[in-house]
Amino acid sequence: MIRTHVLICGGTGCTSSGSVKIAEALEEQIALNGLADEIKVVRTGCFGLCALGPVMIVYPEGTFYSRVKLEDVPEIVSEHLLKGRVVDRLVYRETEGLQETGFYKTQMRVALRNCGVINPEQIDEYIAMDGYSALGKVLTEMTPEEVIQVMKDSGLRGRGGAGFPTGMKWDFAARNKVPQKYVVCNADEGDPGAFMDRSVLEGDPHAVLEAMAIAGYAIGANKGFIYVRAEYPIAVKRLEIAIGQAREYNLLGKDIFGTGFDFDIEVRLGAGAFVCGEETALLTSIEGNRGEPRNKPPFPANKGLFGQPTIINNVETLANIPQIILKGADWFASMGTERSKGTKVFALGGKIVNTGLVEIPMGTTLREIIYDIGGGIPNGKKFKAVQTGGPSGGCIPAQYLDLPIDYDNLIKIGAMMGSGGMIVMDETTCMVDVARFFLDFTVDESCGKCTPCRIGTRRLLEMLDKITAGNGTLEDLDKMEELCNYIKANAMCALGQTAPNPVLSTLKYFRDEYEAHVVEKRCPAGVCKNLMHYEIQPDKCRGCTLCARKCPAGAITGKVKEPHVIDQSKCIKCGACMEGCKFSAIIKK
Amino acid sequence: MKTLEELAQIRERMKNKVALREGTGEIRVVVGMATCGIAAGARPVLNAFVEQVAEQNLGDRVTVTQTGCIGMCRFEPIVEVFEGDKERVTYVKVKPEMVPEIIKEHLIGGKPVTKYTIGAVEA
Repeated sequence: MIRTHVLICGGTGCTSSGSVKIAEALEEQIALNGLADEIKVVRTGCFGLCALGPVMIVYPEGTFYSRVKLEDVPEIVSEHLLKGRVVDRLVYRETEGLQETGFYKTQMRVALRNCGVINPEQIDEYIAMDGYSALGKVLTEMTPEEVIQVMKDSGLRGRGGAGFPTGMKWDFAARNKVPQKYVVCNADEGDPGAFMDRSVLEGDPHAVLEAMAIAGYAIGANKGFIYVRAEYPIAVKRLEIAIGQAREYNLLGKDIFGTGFDFDIEVRLGAGAFVCGEETALLTSIEGNRGEPRNKPPFPANKGLFGQPTIINNVETLANIPQIILKGADWFASMGTERSKGTKVFALGGKIVNTGLVEIPMGTTLREIIYDIGGGIPNGKKFKAVQTGGPSGGCIPAQYLDLPIDYDNLIKIGAMMGSGGMIVMDETTCMVDVARFFLDFTVDESCGKCTPCRIGTRRLLEMLDKITAGNGTLEDLDKMEELCNYIKANAMCALGQTAPNPVLSTLKYFRDEYEAHVVEKRCPAGVCKNLMHYEIQPDKCRGCTLCARKCPAGAITGKVKEPHVIDQSKCIKCGACMEGCKFSAIIKK
Repeated sequence: MKTLEELAQIRERMKNKVALREGTGEIRVVVGMATCGIAAGARPVLNAFVEQVAEQNLGDRVTVTQTGCIGMCRFEPIVEVFEGDKERVTYVKVKPEMVPEIIKEHLIGGKPVTKYTIGAVEA
């Protein structure tokens, strides 16, 4: 009889910090101590606190261990699992239960509800959490029209970025009375810093399959495709296991629950092109062609995959659906703001203490997300901006920290929800450099089909390069703004239309930084290498020679016990001298 | 699987197995499992509680867990029952044979089995 479950995260984050080996060692130690019949090790999906990985929870106590190392395993087994003595030094912030920690307290987990709770490779565990009951309910008690009505009433909007109402999308497809339609799951998560879709696929793959079958019933489709990037090997493997298990139970396949409804799903791997996250490019790629977008209309709901009506929903959107069916549209609509219902998952990254995944009701403020849940900015630095929505989004300055986050509010201030990546920046981040980074990304990822995006983003990047190199003029700033607006208005797909957002939003809120680069030839954050240099303050330098020994370029000279000097023509601005100096004699200017 | 009933069956069968992860029930049965407890025979007691709580479908209300040395090693195996604001009940020198009675009278019936508690043994 099992008395204790040890849940260990098997998501990508913890896997890379060694959770697979730890799980194996746990099982080995448990067997050695003769506890194999009493204690079960369960590999789950992501818990969200990736910064503290590998993480594990011991139930029923709910003890949360973080940063577990292989060497800790024998102690955990012999002390905690055998003798019931919690290993205090590994407990996350000495909290008694996980739910009381600041990180989890204000979270509301709907899409992530099973992540870190169940073993994603066991369909029975998903079923124990009411899995596939929503599909059963839909097939036996509801008409397709009723399902679509519930989706409309719930107010669920697409979580992939644009925020289109899911119920309306389904309705458009349902109105097309043709024999062949498709349901496609967009799992081509490409925004730098966003990984919520991966976590759902890794932690709760059956929720996505169940939702796709529900969608198929609602619009009259019997075939689904999941388009997932090949860079997500764990997600792909778990999806394939899940599909196999669902077929075995006939929860996918012919005549599901004896209702005559057929539905099956295939996985398609993307080769990592960012543009394939755009829905028409994604469909083109599934069809076996080079992933390039096409003009809309016709929208996929009318003419999509292989020319047939197709709905495309993002992973996180789908993960909400079984819950909405079971708990009702009113329950879902009771969370969130007037026009953005439910919860949203955000991936916190950058200069923040708790890097990881959080799910919160729409309408939560940035301040709550960054300070209460995210734990604030490390090393006592000052908050400067948060970048939401990846390369399509914008930078939000401190003045909007108390703005409730939802689709419409973010658009209003020139950012966007995007997939929910949130990159926090502190005073040591240069906003021009940030804009340059995202532009560099979109230039690389532009598919090249339309000119505004292919050439426009390239020209934009060149201007940014010029500014960060210290050769920009004020006129360039105006030209850049004009070009941004031109690209937005003329690019064919969302990639190009949103690519200028990082530039426009930083120009809007941090114009002073651009002007410092252009007019004063100075980078206020000290990031742009051409605009800064290191100096040794002679009055503080003791002539210890440490900097001269650390300098990889041989740029520092001086006699022992006499002030040293940096030869600016040789200096490569790596900062090694400043980091090494014990007397704080070296400054960045 | 052909019917909703079969799905419900799997759900019921599995619910017990994952109930452990729902956190703590309203009643907590804590078994002392330090070296002293184990030496005195706490493991069969712990297993008896775990098995019988599950068999009788009490998993929603009762959480069986373990703890370290309580400091009264001469009384081991010690089992303590915590329930809401009520005073905790401490059973001492517990044997697996006593478990069904404790479950029936105390965990289900709400009446502590005073003859096994520390007060009775101490006196």
